Amino acid sequence: MRRRIFLDGETATSRMQQDLEVDGVTKRYGSHTAVDALSLAVPHGSFFSILGPSGCGKTTLLRIIAGFIAPDDGDIRIGGRSMRAVPPNRRPVNMVFQHLALFPMMTVGENVGYGLTRRGAARLEIASRVDAMLKRVGLPGAQDKRVDQLSGGQKQRVAIARCLVLEPTLLLLDEPLGALDLKLREHMKIELKQLQAEFGTTFVYITHDQSEALVLSDRVAVMNAGRFEQVGTPQELYYQPQSAFVAGFVGANNRVVGTVTRIDGDIVTLATAEGLAVRARAIGAIVAGDRVETYVRPEVVAIARDASELALGTQRFCGRVQSLLFDGANSAVLVREATTRAEVRIALPQTGRFADLEVDETIAFGFDAQRAVCFPAVKHAG
Amino acid sequence: MRAETGARLDAPRARLALLLLLAPAVVWLAGLIVLPHLELAVLSLRARVTPGVYEFSFNQYRTFVDEPLYWHTFVRTAGISILATASTLLIAFPAAWYIAKIVRGRAQSVLLVLCLIPFWVSETVRTLGWMILLRESGVLPRLLVDLGITAVPVEMLYHDATILVGLVYTSMLFMVVPLVSALESLDDSLIEAAYDLGGNGWSILWNIVVPHAAPGIVAGSIVVFMLTIGNYLTPTLLGGKNSLWFTEQIYTQFITRFNWEQGAAFGFLLLILSTAIVWVGLKLTRQSFGDVMRRA
Repeated sequence: MRRRIFLDGETATSRMQQDLEVDGVTKRYGSHTAVDALSLAVPHGSFFSILGPSGCGKTTLLRIIAGFIAPDDGDIRIGGRSMRAVPPNRRPVNMVFQHLALFPMMTVGENVGYGLTRRGAARLEIASRVDAMLKRVGLPGAQDKRVDQLSGGQKQRVAIARCLVLEPTLLLLDEPLGALDLKLREHMKIELKQLQAEFGTTFVYITHDQSEALVLSDRVAVMNAGRFEQVGTPQELYYQPQSAFVAGFVGANNRVVGTVTRIDGDIVTLATAEGLAVRARAIGAIVAGDRVETYVRPEVVAIARDASELALGTQRFCGRVQSLLFDGANSAVLVREATTRAEVRIALPQTGRFADLEVDETIAFGFDAQRAVCFPAVKHAG
Repeated sequence: MRAETGARLDAPRARLALLLLLAPAVVWLAGLIVLPHLELAVLSLRARVTPGVYEFSFNQYRTFVDEPLYWHTFVRTAGISILATASTLLIAFPAAWYIAKIVRGRAQSVLLVLCLIPFWVSETVRTLGWMILLRESGVLPRLLVDLGITAVPVEMLYHDATILVGLVYTSMLFMVVPLVSALESLDDSLIEAAYDLGGNGWSILWNIVVPHAAPGIVAGSIVVFMLTIGNYLTPTLLGGKNSLWFTEQIYTQFITRFNWEQGAAFGFLLLILSTAIVWVGLKLTRQSFGDVMRRA
C-alpha cells in the first residue's frame, strides 16, 4: 500500500502541470456505453469545457470525476493523485450543481462555511474565511441572509464561493447557467470567466450551449455518444472542425449533402441529388464516389445583387430571398437556392449595404471553396 | 371580458356551493367535537350537593392533583406515549427513507400499501393477534421453549414493553406517510452537494436531512402521540387490568363509578395536558404548528 502511494507521488512530480487527467475511462449501463474509453488532461489554472448534446455522456463523465459514479474501467488523477477508491467527500474536487443545491435550511454564511465546518476548522477561522470569500465574490456581509432572499446570480456566486473556500484543485460545474433566464445567463457568463481568472482555480465546465463553451473556455472538448469528437481551443473548433459533428454542432452552419465527383488536391467537388456542383476543402480521407457532407458558415458566404460583383474564383449560385432575419450585428438572410431549393443562411455584412434587401428578390451568392469544409458522410446519432 | 361577468354573476352561487361543501365538516366539528366538549366542560366544573342539585366547583380537578394514583397514571401514560412516539419515529424513519429515496416506481406504492395493509383489519382483531402471539400458551413463548432459550413458557403479555410494541405497531403508518412525503421533497442533489463538500453519512443526516424533514417528523410525531395517549384498546388488552392507562381511568369514572363529573374532568385534563406536551414539543424543536401542518 505504502509503495503504491509512493509511486503515485513519483508520477505527480512528472505531471505537475496537469490538474486533471482522465485515463481511458469507460462507463457502461447495460448495453449502452455512456462514456467510451475517454482520456483528457486539463492543465493547471485553465478553463476547460465539455460541450455536447444532452445524453452524450458529459454528465456521467463529470460525476465520475466528482466520484459519484465509479468508472468500469480507467483511472482519474487529480493533482497527479489517483482517485481510485477515493470517495467524493475526500477528493480535492468540488462541484457546482445544475440547480446549485444550496442548503435552504442554512444561511448564506453557513452554506459557505459548511465544508470548513466538516473539516473541523475553528469557529473563528471559519467566520473570517467565509467573510473574506463572500467579499471576493462580491457579496460582502451576506452571511446572515437566507438563501431564498438571494437573486439567481447571487445564488450562483454563493454556490461557487461554497466550493472555492475549500481551495479545491478542481472545480466542476454542471451547467449552472441552465436555469437562468437569457439576460442573466449572458451576465453570469462574463462573471464566471472573471471569477475563474481571479481565483486561478482549474474549472471543468459542462454544457450543451456552444456559446457558453466558446466564450468561457481556454479549451473545449466536443463530446458525442460517449466519445470526444475534437478537443481544442474555441477558435480551432470553429475554424477547423475535424468532424462533421463538430462542424454541425459548433456555431451556425449550412449543410450540403452530395456525392464526390472530382478531387483536385484538397478541394473536392460534390454533386447534390439535384445535380448542383459545390466545391469545398476535404477533411479526412475522401475518394470520388463517396457520400460527403459539406459545411459552410453563414459569414463565409458572400452576397451580391449581381453575380459579377462576387470575387473572382468563388463559386457562384443564385437564389431567392426567403426571409430576412434582422438582429443587429447578427443579421442574416435565408435564401432558397435556385436548383436544389435548399435553404441557405447568409450573414449580412455589418456595413448595412444590404439593409434594403427584400423578400422574393433574386440575388447571387458564393463562397471560397477553401473556407467550406467537407467530411465523409456519417449517420447522425440522435 | 365575458368570463369576468360570468364569474361575477356566479359569485353568490359559488359561495352557496362552498357553504354546502363545508356543511358536513362544520356539522361534524360543531356536533361531535365542540358541543360535547362544552358539555364536558360544564359537567367537569360542577359538584353534586344533593340529588338533582349541583354547584360550581373545581373539586374534580382538585381530585386529580390530590390523588397520586390519578396524576401518576397520567405521567406514566404520557411517558410511555412519548417513548412510543420516539420508537415509532426511529423505526419509521429508515423505512420512509427506503420508500422515498431508494426504491422507484411501482415498488414505492407497493411498499406504502404494505404499510397500510394492517389497517384493513380492525384494531381489536389486530391487538388480539398480538395476544395470540405473546400469551403464555401463545406462539412466541412456545417457540422460545422449542428453541431451548427458555425452560418454561414465559408470559409476554401484561408488560409495559408489550404495550409499547402494540402502540408502535398501531402507529407506524401515521409516521411513515408524513415522513415519506417530507423526504420525497428533499432534492437528492442537496445530499450529493453535502457529500461533495466533505460531509459524511451522520453529519448529512443531522444537518441536511433532519432539518428538511423536520415538519414531517413533527407532524408524524404529533399524530402518533395524540393517537397513543388517547388509545384505550391496545393498552387495556396488551397491558391487562394493571396497565394504568389514563383513558382507562376516564372509562372507569364514566362506566364503572358512574361519576360523570370526574370522568369529564379527566377527559378535559387529558385534552389540556396532551396539548401542552405537543406545544412544548413544538417549542423545543422550534417548529410552528401551522407550518408543520402545511408542509406535512
